[in-house]
Amino acid sequence: MNFTLKIWRQRDAHSKGEFKEYKVTDISSDTSFLEMLDILNNDLVHKGEEPVAFDHDCREGICGMCSLHINGHAHGPSQAVTTCQIYMRQFADGATITIEPWRSAAFPVIRDLVVNRNAYDQILQAGGYVSVRTNSVPDGNAIPIPQADAEESMDAAACVGCGACAATCKNGSAMLFVAARVSSLAKLPQGRVEGARRAKAMVAKMDELGFGNCTNTGACQAECPKGISIAHIARLNREFLAAKLAD
Amino acid sequence: MAFKLDSKIPAGELAQKWSNHKAAIKVVSPANKRKLDIIVVGTGLGGASAAASLSELGYNVKIFCIQDSPRRAHSIAAQGGINAAKNYQNDNDSVYRLFYDTIKGGDYRAREANVYRLAEVSNLIIDQCVAQGVPFAREYGGLLANRSFGGAQVSRTFYARGQTGQQLLLGAYAALNKEIATGHVTSYNRHEMLDIVVENGEARGIIARNLVTGEIERHGAHAVVIATGGYGNVFFLSTNAMASNGSAAFQCYRKGAGFANPCFTQIHPTCIPVHGTQQSKLTLMSESLRNDGRIWVPKKLEDVEALRKGTLKPSQIAEEDRDYYLERRYPAFGNLVPRDVASRAAKERCDAGYGVNETGLAVFLDFKTAIAVHGKEVIEKRYGNLFDMYKEITDVNPYEEPMQIFPAVHYTMGGIWVDYNLMTTIPGLYAIGEANFSDHGANRLGASALMQGLADGYFVLPYTIGDYLSKKIQAPKVATDTPAFDEAEKAVKAKIEKLLSINGARSVDDIHRQLGLIMWDNVGMARTKESLEKAIVEIAALRKEFWKNVKVVGTADSFNVELEKALRLADFLELGELMARDALNREESCGGHFRSEHQTEEGEALRHDDEFAYAAVWEYKGMDEAPELTKEDLTYEFTHRAQRNYKD
Amino acid sequence: MGCFLTNSSLGRKLVMSISGCFLVLFLLFHMAMNVVALISAEGYNMICGFLGANWYALVGTAVLALGVLVHFVYAFILTWQNRKARGNVRYAVTVTEKGVDWASKNMLVLGIIVLLGLLLHLTHFWSKMMLVELMGQHTNDLGLAPTDGAALIQYTFSKWYNVVLYLVWFAALWFHLNHGVWSMFQTAGFANATWLPRLKCIAKLISSLIFLGFAAVVVVFYVRSLCGCCGGCC
Repeated sequence: MNFTLKIWRQRDAHSKGEFKEYKVTDISSDTSFLEMLDILNNDLVHKGEEPVAFDHDCREGICGMCSLHINGHAHGPSQAVTTCQIYMRQFADGATITIEPWRSAAFPVIRDLVVNRNAYDQILQAGGYVSVRTNSVPDGNAIPIPQADAEESMDAAACVGCGACAATCKNGSAMLFVAARVSSLAKLPQGRVEGARRAKAMVAKMDELGFGNCTNTGACQAECPKGISIAHIARLNREFLAAKLAD
Repeated sequence: MAFKLDSKIPAGELAQKWSNHKAAIKVVSPANKRKLDIIVVGTGLGGASAAASLSELGYNVKIFCIQDSPRRAHSIAAQGGINAAKNYQNDNDSVYRLFYDTIKGGDYRAREANVYRLAEVSNLIIDQCVAQGVPFAREYGGLLANRSFGGAQVSRTFYARGQTGQQLLLGAYAALNKEIATGHVTSYNRHEMLDIVVENGEARGIIARNLVTGEIERHGAHAVVIATGGYGNVFFLSTNAMASNGSAAFQCYRKGAGFANPCFTQIHPTCIPVHGTQQSKLTLMSESLRNDGRIWVPKKLEDVEALRKGTLKPSQIAEEDRDYYLERRYPAFGNLVPRDVASRAAKERCDAGYGVNETGLAVFLDFKTAIAVHGKEVIEKRYGNLFDMYKEITDVNPYEEPMQIFPAVHYTMGGIWVDYNLMTTIPGLYAIGEANFSDHGANRLGASALMQGLADGYFVLPYTIGDYLSKKIQAPKVATDTPAFDEAEKAVKAKIEKLLSINGARSVDDIHRQLGLIMWDNVGMARTKESLEKAIVEIAALRKEFWKNVKVVGTADSFNVELEKALRLADFLELGELMARDALNREESCGGHFRSEHQTEEGEALRHDDEFAYAAVWEYKGMDEAPELTKEDLTYEFTHRAQRNYKD
Repeated sequence: MGCFLTNSSLGRKLVMSISGCFLVLFLLFHMAMNVVALISAEGYNMICGFLGANWYALVGTAVLALGVLVHFVYAFILTWQNRKARGNVRYAVTVTEKGVDWASKNMLVLGIIVLLGLLLHLTHFWSKMMLVELMGQHTNDLGLAPTDGAALIQYTFSKWYNVVLYLVWFAALWFHLNHGVWSMFQTAGFANATWLPRLKCIAKLISSLIFLGFAAVVVVFYVRSLCGCCGGCC
């Protein structure tokens, strides 16, 4: 298969970026999208050009490192997968594919398609944990947890922190990411203890970092590679408002 | 000068060793901990849990990871679960049984004391993770659920869907975040350690490169912990993440740390087969699939032919024409034999011509029986996400046709040599998790890697590091303007300059791919004297070519992935040779190391305990010099070494 | 506590949710009142009289105006912040994601159309009714009594362009409410996986009910104005 790629090239955070066109040829339909970029990069290196920088690591859809806005979709055209799980058979032969980095004020471009997602780390540092010390814990079975609650907690905990939610949201809101963590811990008794503090602290940090306001479009849910539901956002709202009203 | 290895294994009864040791080692007072700095390189399960626990104790911790966030570490990709001897299933599990299974699974090439300690603290790990909010699978009664795993006859594996590694890592990462918020941990993301600084024989810090700006930085500390995982990517194609590398460990080796059992590589039996020459990595299908999946190849070669031509579907092959070779060869464990055994059995069938895809390098993993017995819904609930993933990658629906699997490089049991305190041969330098060599012997059991990473990080290192640091309480902050730092930084910069100036004809990936092929063909699942000698020559030649003909574009002072890859490949090119040398030295088969010359009549691994019951510890002598071997004898006081038997 | 409604994103959204909820309730009431005009002109005028220049109606109007103002001002603040959060460089290619309502991404535009419609509506009705009463006059510029709402309706919707404008306005309102009604529950934290689809369904019902109620009055009065023969008796 052959493709024309329109790829965003940007030297660093301070430079102006632009689209550049590249051709890739003889790509097997079983090649993954990132392998296709590897092939392009290998060609570029042989030509003495600098390869396209893009984030990736595990290539199994779990580390959350890969990003890319492909033809208007975060993580490409398929539902509920990350970019590394996209295969070229999903594109028409001869197609032009536009590849852009995440675009959000809170995710500045580092180079080409690589952005800085440190803001997500900072939000979690504000309260995305249970304050237990190593070894200062009861037996694992001391607190029974209803299976349905554990499952719902796991649904939210599946978040890989890739940034697709904020990158997709027309408001640049990180609510799905924050909600996933708050909701996952809120469904478990061990997380409830500091639930109010957590919700307030994480929302405050999210606002401080300049993420936008959620307007419930649901675009985040549609593009989330882990299919995390905006029902978790409702739980975050509930947790936060209850905490604030109790102040 | 050979190493003087002191494993510092405490005396006494096996079950008392760890308690006795903890009672005997020194501790550091809270006021003094505040004065001490520790560097942790790597933020996977080992690194994150260690950094968080050390910070809780009061030490000042600096963490380094090459990704954009500590959460990306490859521990996240572990699917199946984590072992612990909780005996929640009442199936007569115990610390001793977990210890025994691990020692036996490792084919008697691990230290008894270390493994027992691992089993002992395994229960604490589960408690810790539950308290952190890890959403482990639950039974209807709300209690923790278990599943069974290869190499064990009890159900002791705790899991969170097929994402156990992710959930445990997020737990450790959360603990880390809690400590970053207190200011006691400073996080250096997108930073790569390029050298370890040794002064007066002690570890004093690291040289790191800021991967965004290219700046070379010096970081001093009273102790350095290496938690950078394994070096499976020396094979180019492996289940490791793209950026997983052996460079941090290799710098330690270069600076005088012993490297133990480098040839012990685990080939995981259930990976999706290689599909073409453009592939960048191999995808693992969780071992948990072997709980319900049955592995087979056709009995008749004409069926194999038809499968390859595509004229026959695997589902059309009758039961009596299928060879469920694991069940046939190992009735007691069946499809749940340890990984090395399952991998070699697949290779044996494929070598005999029964491989079921065009390349002849694949076997079937079939859920027909499981779906018939349990119903599609149950199977979907258990493995739905894995089935979806398989379909996504291969375009084949595993509910209808069996999966194709083939072994792939997955884990390296070998690593930096450490004593019972997890300290390397360089005082003040520690290695934990997959980066060290200590607990898995010649083969690691499924669901034990997570256990080891967290055991080291949460429950071992925080105690043992105090014993060393208690001697450093008078020491001032480590100065980084010393000759040792100057020299290390200069060497790193020179190496980068050199790589950028070669401007040859071959890309880093080209050479890496070639190295991978040499490794897989000669230092892979079955090794011979000839293949290993050939590998040593070929790798040395390839290394020469690399240093003459590699093309690294870009600049040193910018975000430059090609340069990062080149630096890592330079080390792989030495590490690969070291692995081959170690494999050549080990004239026996054990666990993941299979020397074709040494097998039983039935084709099982044949150990030579009289000659090789030791850990082979290698000392660096120079890039093109043969390393020097020191042996750490392994004594078995509490277990009887037997030929592993998974038949009855 | 007062401050989180202004300085926190979730607080600001709650203000949108509550003010929006209030406006929805008003619309339901207004719509019910209008439907009375279909049945009985006297009944309708009675309600109009009841809601004339009385203190409670004035307070109600003031609160309503405040609700609209808050909803409107917050909408602009939120949109301004959201655009800032989105950054200066925009995607070259954008799509509507699967399962995402068009309305949800265009609430501001829809809101502005609704607001323009409201202004038109105020000049058509409120300025000729309550305002006239407040100014102490007994007839408006059309020569009608400010309490004769029914006659005013009849007059306004005999003009085809008004009918078109009002129907466009109601359509925008329908889209706006389609998203707005379930969204206010979601924002206030009342949704979960089970109720999310139900709330979306309820939102469709409420918005459709409001649309049909309002539109029916407009259409029926226009049709009546067409057949002059029976003097609007049919």
